Amino acid sequence: MTAALRTQGLSRSFGALKAVREVSFTLEPGARHALIGPNGAGKTTFVNLLTGALPPSSGAVYLGADEITGLAQHERVKRGMTRTFQITTLFPGLTVLESVVLAIFERKGIAASLQTRVANRTAEIHEAIHIIRELRLERDAGSVTRSLPYGKQRLVEIAVALATRPRILLLDEPAAGIPAAESGEVFGVIAALPREVSVLFIEHDMDLVFRFAERITVLAQGSILAEGTPQEIGADPRVREVYLGDEAARG
Amino acid sequence: MSVAFSLPDARWRAAEIAFWIATGLVFFVFPSHLVLASQVLITGLFAVSLDLVLGYAGIVSLGHAAMFGTGAYVAGILARNGWGEPLSGLFAAGLAAAAVAFVTSFLALRGEDLTRLMVTLGISLLLYEAANQAGVWTGGVDGLSDMQVRDLFGLFPFDIRGRTAYLYTLAVVFLVFCAARRVVHSPFGLSLRGIRESPRRMAAIGSPVQRRLVVVYTLAGAMAGIAGALLAQTTQFVGLEVLGFSRSADLLIMLVLGGAGWLYGGLVGAALFLVAQSLLSRLNPVYWEFWLGLLIVLVVLLARGGINGALTRVSARLGLARRQA
Amino acid sequence: MLSALPGVLFDGVAYGSLLFLISIGLSVTLGLMNFINLAHGAFAMVGGYACVVATLRYGLPFGVALVVAFAVAAIAGGVLERVLYRRLYGRSPLDQVLFTIGLTFMSIAAATWVFGSGQQPVRLPDTLLGQTRILGVDVGIYRLFLIAIVFALASGLALLVTRTRFGARIRASVDDARTAAGLGIDVERVFSVTFTLGSGLAGLGGALGIDVLGLDPTFPLKYMVYFLLVVVVGGAGTIVGTLCAAMVLGIFDVAGKYYVPWAGAFVIYALMVALLLLFPRGLLRRIR
Repeated sequence: MTAALRTQGLSRSFGALKAVREVSFTLEPGARHALIGPNGAGKTTFVNLLTGALPPSSGAVYLGADEITGLAQHERVKRGMTRTFQITTLFPGLTVLESVVLAIFERKGIAASLQTRVANRTAEIHEAIHIIRELRLERDAGSVTRSLPYGKQRLVEIAVALATRPRILLLDEPAAGIPAAESGEVFGVIAALPREVSVLFIEHDMDLVFRFAERITVLAQGSILAEGTPQEIGADPRVREVYLGDEAARG
Repeated sequence: MSVAFSLPDARWRAAEIAFWIATGLVFFVFPSHLVLASQVLITGLFAVSLDLVLGYAGIVSLGHAAMFGTGAYVAGILARNGWGEPLSGLFAAGLAAAAVAFVTSFLALRGEDLTRLMVTLGISLLLYEAANQAGVWTGGVDGLSDMQVRDLFGLFPFDIRGRTAYLYTLAVVFLVFCAARRVVHSPFGLSLRGIRESPRRMAAIGSPVQRRLVVVYTLAGAMAGIAGALLAQTTQFVGLEVLGFSRSADLLIMLVLGGAGWLYGGLVGAALFLVAQSLLSRLNPVYWEFWLGLLIVLVVLLARGGINGALTRVSARLGLARRQA
Repeated sequence: MLSALPGVLFDGVAYGSLLFLISIGLSVTLGLMNFINLAHGAFAMVGGYACVVATLRYGLPFGVALVVAFAVAAIAGGVLERVLYRRLYGRSPLDQVLFTIGLTFMSIAAATWVFGSGQQPVRLPDTLLGQTRILGVDVGIYRLFLIAIVFALASGLALLVTRTRFGARIRASVDDARTAAGLGIDVERVFSVTFTLGSGLAGLGGALGIDVLGLDPTFPLKYMVYFLLVVVVGGAGTIVGTLCAAMVLGIFDVAGKYYVPWAGAFVIYALMVALLLLFPRGLLRRIR
């Protein structure tokens, strides 16, 4: 079966620093796949390579059967690959509703339209409200994004991502900054997504990772250290060492 | 849940209708000031065109006069060389300005803020020098005169008191403004604001950012060109300063005074600026420049969240813009 | 025509030296504080007028007047930085552009009020007048003097930046202000001193340049584009880059006006657009 997303020998260097080294990675269709690793392991860089925000120094990226290594970022989004950002990257001056509606417009290819009025597009507006409701953001729908607390902004980030109806969803630390009680809910929404959506998420909260991931890849110093089911990874001594080593260094 | 209140509502507000009725009434109430009033409308339209680029798409341009001047010269050159019909001249000017904007957009919209600033400035200076040197066409430093603008619709001559000019200007400005209003309330307008807020996010939701910017820059260029053509046709003169840095800088100031990002800011700002200028510079032209500079400095220093922030709150209170939660 | 080339090159280098001297302050300010200061030319103007007042009103010798120009411009820069500029470091480019345009207007109006709108004459000392022959080319002594001073200053600056502790602090702050602050560098003070120094150099350049560039109240606007151009093309925050860009610009402008006078300033603006397209992040950055 063709992988949803695949890389082959993907590398990226910044001068002398090899941030990602020869990573050959596979994301299966319908996956709930976690990417973990200590700080500086290259996880975010890897995601940037996947989305086209960064060009690779070498190697290839495949979306299904097609090679997309040279494809521009917005083209990849059109093909169904959406990401969220580690540092909240939203539209500070737009309301939550506007942000989600905008994403829906882009998806449907009408965002460049000069012909209609935004307020008249009831179908898209209702779809947006539906997504906003799923993430329990109804009361904030009319609020300007920059006025929302950080945790809510993370939810808006996910709402915008969901609005693009991605086939592949790349989440960079989706639960960061959300109170523990609610982060489970967020992941619940993600887990409840139909199996047509393949999810890869970077996460540091091991609780969440082991609860929701069906497969885990451990990245350390730019290369894959280990890969497998949560049980296998939990039992792997190398993984523990890489994390304990990191924790010991932090004292 | 009430949806309408958090999306840009396209219905005409009472204040807007009142505004345009008022501009129509000026014809009757200030018959001896129609020339100034035309200037205000023309400059206001020019400012509104910059608002699309700056207030909505977030691009700081110091060379918007390039398109304004192109429109002015095209209309002027046409009228001087036998093509005096005003409406078609207007159309041709708008087209020419759009072409200039389109071609230069590939240069002007790359890079970061400072590079864009420099390139837009450089392009307008380039055109200035070109107009300066091409005296045969443009009249060079002396400017372009001897324009023969024909009667509007073949019926209404452009008289000295500026009556025809004012109504002509008002009609054109109103129509173009409506078009701008359409743009702003369309999905395209929303995507422009998205670009202003976060180009990175826009790319991440699949938006071809550069392409959108080229489109809005071209549209704004056409609008600026139409404003320039109006100036040429109503004053029957085109000076080099239509392409000058002062035009672009003053425009920026006007837009900021009136508030960028709510479309009426350009009109309001132009009105404030020009009326104040005509009153104060009669006292002493040097003092005018000083106080204007001081005003700008103070506004930037004291306005919380920069100028946009302060004026968004004011305009929201006036009911002329969307309410923000 | 080609026989005039050495002379043209020489004049171009002299002109470029002046551009460098005035623009280096702007370059470091932009690289350091990421601040777009369109009013930088006003400091050069202040220095120019200070020199005029010093020589004509107080009869001071030219050399002393140059020092006065430096000092007055430096003080003006230092005070304005503390009182005004500092508040705008984090603000949007639009705010910065408008603020500095406002300052420029104010300075032009003030200069017109105090000095009138005409060109200012400058009385150069006799030793600097006339021409001399170098390598078979007739060169103006004053321009030679200019080049010498600027190159001496440029070397001094380069030494300052690479060899002194203060220079290290500047370099650290240009690279990454937050990290520099975290390392205990008083970044605010670095900004202050650098801005003051840069303004002073601009003032010196304005004074030295009266004979070459002229001096009237519209100076800041007239030459603003050139200074910005040098900085943007040369790459903000680099001495070598600014110097190269200034030389390229100076030579092309002089050569352009000499060989194709009908194109006037067209050459320089076209060059600017071309350079910006090819090197959007500055000349030096591309080479690296």
